[in-house]
Amino acid sequence: MARALINVPAKSKRGEIIEIKTLMSHPMETGFRPGMDGQLIPRDIIEKFVCTYNGEVVFSAQLYPAITANPFISFTTIATDSGTLVFSWTDNKGDMQVQTASIQVE
Amino acid sequence: MNTTRRQFSLLAASASFALVTPARATPDSMKASIQAFTGGKPIKEGRVKFDISLLVENGNSVPLSVLVDSPMTKDNHVTRIGIFNEKNPLPDVAIFNLTPRCGRAQIATRMRLNDTQFITAIAEMSDGTYFTAKSEVIVTMPACVEE
Repeated sequence: MARALINVPAKSKRGEIIEIKTLMSHPMETGFRPGMDGQLIPRDIIEKFVCTYNGEVVFSAQLYPAITANPFISFTTIATDSGTLVFSWTDNKGDMQVQTASIQVE
Repeated sequence: MNTTRRQFSLLAASASFALVTPARATPDSMKASIQAFTGGKPIKEGRVKFDISLLVENGNSVPLSVLVDSPMTKDNHVTRIGIFNEKNPLPDVAIFNLTPRCGRAQIATRMRLNDTQFITAIAEMSDGTYFTAKSEVIVTMPACVEE
């Protein structure tokens, strides 16, 4: 798998609701499209997205082929403590890509 | 008998239609998928603000966002948001699992649209009730056609 873009505010106030945006580089091949040889291109999609905040799951998602290539997911969380946000994307073959972002809460 | 040009083009059109048409979700399969999501519980209108373009040129990437009216406390929050469609090959689009730590029941993503159709968003509350909003999107160039 490949690169991910993650947008987390670098600094935030305690208790503030912050918006997190993620963009993962992935073809999200649906498995419904024929290739050049007329055969269907095998399915290759991210099925699961999970975000943990200092070890606790705050948000997760199940994705289907109707989600675009390079899936974009945006959600919110409460800035509770300084620490680490861990993002993971798992595809239908079980490969997992993990990225982290640090957050500073004042 | 010689095949006339009109007959030939009609034949060719129907043959290619039969070949090209893939498996498709139908309003019925969407209903089944929603039934699986809610467990057959009643779904009410309201509380869900579903934001998606009404007219899109390119069905390959259509931004959408959902905002559910909820205090997001431990006792009263949105647990899941499901997005469903009628006419893509599969009725499911995505299911988002939320927690009270989200602070706000708000998500955004981008989806593919194979055709002009209704898209439905359903929110599951922590007390087991369901709320929905739907929106029709007109697509001028569907996804899944180009190589």
